[in-house]
Amino acid sequence: MKNLLASTALVLAFAAPALAQDYTPDPAAKQGGEITVTYHDDVATLDPAIGYDWQNWSMIKSLFDGLMDYVPGTTTLRPGLAESYDVSADGMTFTFHLRKGVKFSNGREMTADDVKYSLDRVTSPATQSPGAGFFASIKGSEKMADGSATSLEGVKVVDPLTVEITLNRPDATFLQVMALNFSYIVAKEAVEEAGADFGKHPVGTGAFKLTDWTLGQQLVFERNADYWRAGEPYLDKITFQVGQEPVVALLRLQKGEIDIAGDGIPPAKFTEVMGDPAQAALVVSQASLQTGYITMNLNVAPFDKPEVRQALNMAINKERITQIINGRATPTGQVLPPGMPGYDPTYVGYAYDPEAAKALLAKAGLPDGFETELYVYNTDPNPRIAQAIQQDLAQIGVKAAIQSLAQANVIQAGGEPDTAAMIWSGGMAWAADFPDPSDFFGPILSCQAAGPGGWNWAHYCNKDLDAAAAAADAMTAPEQTTDRMKAWSDIMAKVMADAPWVPVFNESRYTMHGPRLGGANELYADPVATPINFDYIYVKQ
Amino acid sequence: MASYLLRRLIQSALILLGVAFITFFLLYILPADPVRQIAGRSASAQTVENIRRELGLDQPFVVQFLRYLWGLLHGDFGRSYLQKTQVAELIASRLPATLLLMAAGIACELALGITMGIVAALTKGRFADQVLMMTSFVTVSAPQFVVSLILLYIFAVQLSWFPVGGYGTFRHLVLPAVTLGILGSGWYARMMRSSMIEVLATDFIRTARAKGLTRSRVILRHALPNAILPVIAMIGIDIGVFMGGVVVVESVFAWPGIGQLAWQAIQRIDIPIIMAVTLVSAVAIVLGNLLADLITPFIDPRIKIR
Repeated sequence: MKNLLASTALVLAFAAPALAQDYTPDPAAKQGGEITVTYHDDVATLDPAIGYDWQNWSMIKSLFDGLMDYVPGTTTLRPGLAESYDVSADGMTFTFHLRKGVKFSNGREMTADDVKYSLDRVTSPATQSPGAGFFASIKGSEKMADGSATSLEGVKVVDPLTVEITLNRPDATFLQVMALNFSYIVAKEAVEEAGADFGKHPVGTGAFKLTDWTLGQQLVFERNADYWRAGEPYLDKITFQVGQEPVVALLRLQKGEIDIAGDGIPPAKFTEVMGDPAQAALVVSQASLQTGYITMNLNVAPFDKPEVRQALNMAINKERITQIINGRATPTGQVLPPGMPGYDPTYVGYAYDPEAAKALLAKAGLPDGFETELYVYNTDPNPRIAQAIQQDLAQIGVKAAIQSLAQANVIQAGGEPDTAAMIWSGGMAWAADFPDPSDFFGPILSCQAAGPGGWNWAHYCNKDLDAAAAAADAMTAPEQTTDRMKAWSDIMAKVMADAPWVPVFNESRYTMHGPRLGGANELYADPVATPINFDYIYVKQ
Repeated sequence: MASYLLRRLIQSALILLGVAFITFFLLYILPADPVRQIAGRSASAQTVENIRRELGLDQPFVVQFLRYLWGLLHGDFGRSYLQKTQVAELIASRLPATLLLMAAGIACELALGITMGIVAALTKGRFADQVLMMTSFVTVSAPQFVVSLILLYIFAVQLSWFPVGGYGTFRHLVLPAVTLGILGSGWYARMMRSSMIEVLATDFIRTARAKGLTRSRVILRHALPNAILPVIAMIGIDIGVFMGGVVVVESVFAWPGIGQLAWQAIQRIDIPIIMAVTLVSAVAIVLGNLLADLITPFIDPRIKIR
């Protein structure tokens, strides 16, 4: 296949470096040193096919690698375990050329067979991977999902250092998927030896290796001496202590006992910390690829009327809601967060105007407003935010009863067709899996996700936009990137014309680290390796 | 004695079966789907169904429950949905810390509670009694979080007498145990006081005094063994509370007990962990009560086991 394509000169080879300016190392960075990080919750699993929470996401990134990677602190793709790749002219076949001499932490050299094994494993139902659906564009993935195949037809080992992946449709996000944790390369023999316990005994090619895991107490990562990126990582050892209350973790950080409070600054302590210049200097803030929004269920009257949904968009005082969370967010009027490709800085959306909102409600035949329900996750600050929304709605005559529930119950209600009229997304809000606008549409705004059990809580379905989204994601050539992003801005503007959501704010992430740690701010609020890029931070001597 | 024990053990087994059934049923009818917690946000409908089938959660309730029981009978608590680890391993790793904190916590509760109760009973109606009962009222109603943080702040952060949380040495144990002792002592103090007052008013105490025995002998040898019975029954219940976990204290002091495991599991509907923790604490309550009942005849010969 490869030869045939090459001989017909159809292959357009894109040298990988053209895609990404690689990282310029911090000149002050030195190897050595140990740090301690604390978390409240126990670490669930370090299996890249299964781990899918904000806490283990960056830990897994430090233990494993994928074919693709991101420039640290940015959303720019760069080559990972694949040194380079070729794409066929139709954008349907990717040939990845692997780096030579990359070793797993057990000492064995990684080959193309491991790539195939890892992709087969993550798409096999027996693995129970939450991310199996990300691989839907690989040829044969549907047969893996329904159990009729045990190996992905579209993934071929050409030679020990070459893997060819054929798609079933052009997919502009495919390289992003290859940089996703779920596609990280695992060592077959280690998986077979550990079985279902692989998540406790991970073996990858990453910058660190797990050397100790005392359940419920701590995990220790030590530098992988064989790591293929020369000179990296900088730290010798990271100890993750679990089970510590965030308020106490902050006290320990202030005392100098730990280096990073993984759960961030507790809301009750935020003003105190930021009011002290010495402490505030150690706080890194960075807008995350996240949007907080209110969904309005189109199946529940009167939200079937676009005027009602638009009216609510004008009724919410987003500035005030932002103040409720100590200004740790920026108000927004659109779906995509700033920093996400496709974000349109010129888009204004609906301005705050309760009078106009009332007029619009009257036009929809509801001059006296209506009664409805607002579902919210019951942890602080979300109930307080819900109360602010409730007050804003009361201004235009809409009486919203607050249903404050456990997270799982809100998610359940959101997935049912006509249960939750409105949901405030706080604590469950959409944050990007990978930095591409399609990730903010398919899972939360498309017709497919509007079915029972989906995350499209507005149950919004616009077939024209689904078609436009598919067309945008079929624009795979690099020179089409600008057009593609323009298409996505356009799709998102049309979503907002239909107004299934009230976008409220984009949260910023605040991380506080001890004075002895160094590294650019972006590394402590990495948009991709959330929350911290452990491979590049260092200890100042 | 043997037949009594057998009868009690059979009863206990039935109670545990009932607890298992009710908990399993409640988790089953809960309006929240564990599979969607595992599958997360981006999972396709197919992925969700695959995970449901792999875990056997597509089966009817009865089948699921019988499968669970069958596993239990073979010593298999199942695997955590989210951690993918054997639940038995997760529980076992936290059991030593839980038992240690339980023993130390109850010891502190008893030392404080019984002393307060006796003093209050002997000074009944007077100033000391009022102060003690007020104190016990405040401690039982004080929020765990506040008491833990205050003690931690003063003795660990400011004075550095003890480490700021963690597990491993005696110094790590002191603050959480004392916190629990303070928080729980009020119950014991009130129980001890009322029981002591009752006993002190009985005829045999008057007889003992009339015989000319010393005051301390009357209290320690005659009154105390009789008054302490309800307190011992309370320990049985307390054991169950501790085995279910003391979430807040564990969290503030970073104590790796069972409570934190349970709390996280409940948040994310990790059914195998919730079931196991519930059963372990139920076993503890049942055994604790059984033990309390078996001990009482040794303290009070009037009680006979039949």
